[in-house]
Amino acid sequence: MRLTKAASVGALTAVALLVAGCSSNDGSSSGGDAAAGACEPSDGAVELTFTTWIPGIEEVVDVWNEANADIQVTVQTGPNGNGGTYQNFFNQLKAGNAPDLGQIEYDALPNFRVQDGLTDLGACADVLAAQGDFVDWTWDQVSFGENGHAYAIPQDAGPMALFYRADLFEANGIAVPTTWAEYAAAAEKVKAAGGHITNFSQSDVNQFAGLVWQAGGTWFSNDGDEWGVGLAGEESTQVAEYWQDLIDRDLVSSVPPWTSEWDNAYNTGAAWTWVSAVWGANSISSGAPDTAGKWAVAPMPQWEAGDDAAGNWGGSSTAVFKGSEHVYEASKFALWLNTSDEALTLLNKGANLYPATKAGAALPALAEGVEFYGGQAIYDVFAEASTQVPAGFTWGPTMTQVYADVSDGFKGAVSGSGTLLASLESAQGSTISTLESQSIPVAK
Amino acid sequence: MSAAVRTAPQPTASPAASRGVQESLFSRAGAMLVMGVFTLYFLVPIWWLIVSATKDRGQFTSTNPLWFADMSLVENVSALLRYDGGIFVRWIGNSLAYTAGGALLGTVLASMCGYALAKYRFRGRDTLFNVVLGGVLVPATALALPLFLIFSQVNLTNTFWAVFLPSLVSPFGVYLTRIYAAASVPDELLEAARLDGSGEVRTFFTVSVRLMFPALVTVFLFQFVAIWNNFFLPLIMLRDEAVFPVTLGLYSWNTQVNQIPELRGHVLVGALLAIIPLIVVFLLLQRFWRNGLGAGSVK
Repeated sequence: MRLTKAASVGALTAVALLVAGCSSNDGSSSGGDAAAGACEPSDGAVELTFTTWIPGIEEVVDVWNEANADIQVTVQTGPNGNGGTYQNFFNQLKAGNAPDLGQIEYDALPNFRVQDGLTDLGACADVLAAQGDFVDWTWDQVSFGENGHAYAIPQDAGPMALFYRADLFEANGIAVPTTWAEYAAAAEKVKAAGGHITNFSQSDVNQFAGLVWQAGGTWFSNDGDEWGVGLAGEESTQVAEYWQDLIDRDLVSSVPPWTSEWDNAYNTGAAWTWVSAVWGANSISSGAPDTAGKWAVAPMPQWEAGDDAAGNWGGSSTAVFKGSEHVYEASKFALWLNTSDEALTLLNKGANLYPATKAGAALPALAEGVEFYGGQAIYDVFAEASTQVPAGFTWGPTMTQVYADVSDGFKGAVSGSGTLLASLESAQGSTISTLESQSIPVAK
Repeated sequence: MSAAVRTAPQPTASPAASRGVQESLFSRAGAMLVMGVFTLYFLVPIWWLIVSATKDRGQFTSTNPLWFADMSLVENVSALLRYDGGIFVRWIGNSLAYTAGGALLGTVLASMCGYALAKYRFRGRDTLFNVVLGGVLVPATALALPLFLIFSQVNLTNTFWAVFLPSLVSPFGVYLTRIYAAASVPDELLEAARLDGSGEVRTFFTVSVRLMFPALVTVFLFQFVAIWNNFFLPLIMLRDEAVFPVTLGLYSWNTQVNQIPELRGHVLVGALLAIIPLIVVFLLLQRFWRNGLGAGSVK
C-alpha cells in the first residue's frame, strides 16, 4: 500500500505539471469569459452534477431533488480534494467534462482561479444578494476581496479555539491561559506535572497557518496582476519564534498528527490542550474516548491581553466550474446547500460541518451542550470565534507545494535541525520559483 | 504480495552423492537469518492488520498494537458491511468483476497474440513484437491521463468500461506467452494437427493452450494481482462510488478519517477482507505457477 501511494503521489505530481504546462498554452482565452458569464435560467428541466467528499451528502441532495423537480442534482463522492479529487477536476476541465459543481477548500480556490476553472458568479443577482448572509471573512475567501465577484459559495468554516483538559488544569491549579504568554507559562507548569501542553503539528501546516491567520498575517496577497508571497512576514515570524521557543524548551511534543500515537497522547493525558478548529471536537472525542467528560473549550489565547482574534483551520466552498451550461441553476442549488436551515442542519449532523453563514451559528443542533465536553455548549465558543477571524488572509495558487516545503522544514526543526523560521524563509524562496516556473507573475 | 509466496525448495542432492560445495554452518545460519528478517518484515504488517481489525475503536489507540485486546472482529465486520448501505460489498463485487473478467479475457488475448507471434511467420512480426516489448517498459500510471482524455472523447469515463477495457491489455503477457509458446509447442505437433484436418483456432484451443497452460496461469496471476491492486487508473477515471473497485473505495474512506474517525476501523477491516481473494487465488494456483516458472529452465 505504501509503495502504491508513493508512486501515485509521484504520478499525480507529474500529471499536475503536465496539466499546468498544457493549460498555460490556452490561457489567452481566459479574459473574454467574464462578459459572457451570464446567469440566466435555462428552459425546461435541468440536470446538474456535483462532486464532493462530504459524508452523507446524498441525504441532503435527496431533500433538494424532492423539492425541485426541474433541477435534479446527481451527486458523486470520492477521495478528499488533495487525495485526488482536485487533480481530477483539473483533468476534467481539460477534457471538457467537469461536473457543474464541485467542493473546493478555501486554500485550493486560488489554484483553480489561476487555472481559469471557476465561473464568476458575480453575474448572479441572488448570489451577490446573499453576501450579507455569510460571515465576512468567508465571503472574502471566495471573492478574493473583489467587490461584485464570487468565484464560489462559502460552505463551512473552521474557526479555532482552545481545547483543554479542564480536570488536569484544575487539579494542578493552573489557570486557563488567555494570552500566548500565559500559555507558555502554563506549558512550564504542565511540564512539571509530567505532561506536554500540546503537540506541535510538524506535518499538517494548516494549523500553523491558522495561528498566523489569528495574528493578522497573511501568506499571500494578490493585487489583481501579481502575487505577493509573505511566508516569513512579520506575523509569521512572531508565531514561528514563539513555537520555536516552546520546542527548544521541550514544552511541546512533536508526534506526527493524525496518527494513533497522537490519539494515544490525548487519550492517556500526555497532551493537555489542542488549539484546533471546530471540527477538532470530533477528533478528540473519537481519538481519546477514555477522557470523556474531562475536556472543555475556551477561546484561543491572544497575543495582546484583551484582544479577541481567532484563527481559521479548514473550511470549504461550493464552486461552479467553467463549462457548466446551467450557471443559474447551479448557483441556486449551491446557495440552498449552504444557507438553508434544513441543508445546514443535515450537513452538520452527517458530516460535522460548521456553517459559514451568520445565521448558521444559531442552528438548534449547535446550541446543545456536548456530553464529551462535560456538557459545555462548546459551539457557542466557536460561534463567537467565527466572527473574530480576521478578513484578508489569502492563500496562494500552489498550496500543495507550499505545504510540502514548509512541513519538510518543520519536520527538521522539531528534530533539532534548523528552525521553524528558517523553514518558512526557505519555503518563501521555493514558492516564488515555483510560481515563476508556472508563469504566474510574482511581485518583487 | 509475491514475496509472501514461498519459492520452490532447492533440489538438494543427498550429501553423500554430492560433489558440490559443502555449505558451512556459518553461511547457512547467515542465510537463514537474512530470510528470517525479511519474513518478519513482510509478515509483521499483516499481523498488525489482523490484530487491529479485531479491536474496537477505543482499544485501537490504547492497547498494544501487536497483540489482541477484546475480540470484536465480528462486530467490526458487520459494521463495515452495513456502513453506507453496504457499499463495501458492492466495491468487492466491482473488484471481482474488473479482476476476474479482466484477467481471464486479458490472458486469452495475450496468449493468442503471443502464440501468433511465436508460431506464424508474417511480415512485420519482429517489429510488432518489439513494439509490444516497448509497451512493457511504459508504466501504467503514465498512461492513465492520456487514457482519461481518450475515454472523455467517447464519453466512457466514469463507467465500468473505463477501467475494464484498459485492464485487458498485458504486453508482459504477450511477451511471456510468446517465449513460452516457442519453447513448449513443437512445430511438428501443429503440423500433425493440420494434417488431421484441425483448423488453426481449434488447434490453438485444444492443443496449444494445454501445452502453454503453466504460462497462462502465470499471466493470469500477474494480471489478477495487477488489476486487483490497480488504483491510479480508477482514481483518474471514476467519480461514482457505485463503480469503484475496493482499492479506490478504501482509499477514499482513508482520506476522510480526519472528518469521520469511525472510518479508520472500517478501512482496516476492509483492507483485511480485500486481501483474502488474492490469497485464495494464490493458494489455488500456486502449484501451476511454480511449474510455469520452473519449466524450461533446465534443457
